Amino acid sequence: MTDRAQDAPDELISRRTMLAGAAGVVAVAAGLPLGAGGQGASAPAAPGAPKVPADPTKLQGAPTSPVGARSAFYKPSRTPVGETVGNSLSPLQDLTGTITPADLHFERHHAGIPLIDPAKHTLLIHGLVGTPLLLSVDEVKRFPQVTRTHFIECSGNGRSAYREPKPDMTPQKVAGLVSNTEWTGVPLKVLLDEAGFKPEATWFLAEGGDACLLTRSIPMPKAMDDALVVWAQNGEPLRPEQGFPLRLLLPGWEGNTSVKWLRRIELGTRPWATRWETSKYTDPLPDGTARQYSFDMDAKSIITTPAHPKVLTKGWWPISGLAWTGRGKITRVEISTDNGKSWHDAELSPTTGVKAPVRFTHMWEWDGSAAVLLSRATDETGYVQPTRTALLKVRGIGTDFHFNPIVGWKVAANGAVTFHAET
Amino acid sequence: MRRALVLIVITAAACARDTAPPAVPAAASFASIPAQHYGLGRAATPAEVAALDIDVGPDGLGLPAGSGTVAQGATLFQTKCSMCHGATGQGMPPAFPLLISRDPKAEGFKFASDPKLPHSIGNYWPNATTVFDYVRRAMPLLQPGSLTNDEVYSLTAFLLASNEVIPKTATLDSASLMNVTMPYRDRFVPDNRKGGNEVK
Repeated sequence: MTDRAQDAPDELISRRTMLAGAAGVVAVAAGLPLGAGGQGASAPAAPGAPKVPADPTKLQGAPTSPVGARSAFYKPSRTPVGETVGNSLSPLQDLTGTITPADLHFERHHAGIPLIDPAKHTLLIHGLVGTPLLLSVDEVKRFPQVTRTHFIECSGNGRSAYREPKPDMTPQKVAGLVSNTEWTGVPLKVLLDEAGFKPEATWFLAEGGDACLLTRSIPMPKAMDDALVVWAQNGEPLRPEQGFPLRLLLPGWEGNTSVKWLRRIELGTRPWATRWETSKYTDPLPDGTARQYSFDMDAKSIITTPAHPKVLTKGWWPISGLAWTGRGKITRVEISTDNGKSWHDAELSPTTGVKAPVRFTHMWEWDGSAAVLLSRATDETGYVQPTRTALLKVRGIGTDFHFNPIVGWKVAANGAVTFHAET
Repeated sequence: MRRALVLIVITAAACARDTAPPAVPAAASFASIPAQHYGLGRAATPAEVAALDIDVGPDGLGLPAGSGTVAQGATLFQTKCSMCHGATGQGMPPAFPLLISRDPKAEGFKFASDPKLPHSIGNYWPNATTVFDYVRRAMPLLQPGSLTNDEVYSLTAFLLASNEVIPKTATLDSASLMNVTMPYRDRFVPDNRKGGNEVK
């Protein structure tokens, strides 16, 4: 799967070239004039770049196709590690707006991506319910459905940038374990009503159908609030790496709790203490304790452009990026171009709702002197994104999850942009 | 969505067999959706539930019959686990985690100041039942779910003994496993972050 994602751009070029050639043959056969530029490239092509006609308006373009593909000039890529246990980061610096294209959504798998036949997949709801309920995927889709936009962020997002920052880190490397999607599904509450859940239930267990049968314990109030069982992502069925055919979606909570390939929900009266909420996804603190069941993702932001490895020239640049909070809405994003001495309110894109990122922009005229660009988010609870220094004080360098320090980019006098973590 | 619901309501008025579904609220919370029975899906049989319901809780609920010794587990570990987790449980991080370590430095539970301190079973894990639950559902990596309950008890016994939690002569079954107290169980605390103007 990951190999295919990596190889896609090259396949695209060869397919495009082939189609363009076929179109030329058709044009000749039909007696149509070929463009003055012909099919040949007139400019020296960069390695891997497609051959382009000198004037694309002088010949017929490629015909329609069953599935669209990206321009051969745009090759965003995740960062697969080639292992079934691992992650693959979303290319934040290559994206605009707030929605993450489905094929660029970050990945985090604990036992690879299972191949599931949706006709055979079922969701079992049992435990403290009136009757254990078995639903097919088609039946899940017959309940009242809702479409909502929410981010998912892995709670380990930003660990290496926090613990071991390096100047050559990109937005993808710093914070690429966050993505944003328009999800379609059914409120979990509707399914639990169908099963007749008992009021004494205080927690539920969600289990995935991957090779580690990943399980997380979730407090029932989340099920009654905004939890969804989703089957679609940006207008089409979930991608396999995002949980096809069903996933739990817990808006604003650490990504691991949005259990993919969802196959079972059991209602009970206490958490199950699974591996994923004991050995992993707990937060050691400087006082010798570890926070457990720490679900909310704190407010966070990152400038995605300009960023490393960009080299700036003097003049106007939009400073733009993403801000999000697991506790509702972002109310303010401030930008500093002088390493935090002064701050300016950035313009925020209209946001669709809660627990969905905003795109922020601040126009900046660079005068050629050294600068440090920072962004700082505030959410509707009044929480202000902390500096790394403040976070180190309350969490320590060895804390394992929930990294949301202010970060930014250093602009050298020669225009070189490098990662800046020391806030 | 709202227009669709209006249409459904109109249709419902015209056709006695239809019922207007409860509106899915535009507000953030779904709590106000009234309970409604749609008659979709079917009752799962006890056998269907039992086939999937293998989870074990920290109170021991869900532990099956069976037993295993530390010695049996040591043999099994070498044949089924050591190729990834190492002969002494040292692992090959990050894909294959270290399992066995009882580091004296873990005594103060200073993981926040020492990222190198291994989160081994003995240094970190709060519940012994988690070992059983995870090994049974997810291990060995290439044959998950293939171990018998006796084998899972044996491996759990070996891992707990190697991490100096139980004696090397121990035999584990459901009654003894549910009574194992992990060394740092009391170090785990609830989340106290609530947003607002405080960084925690």
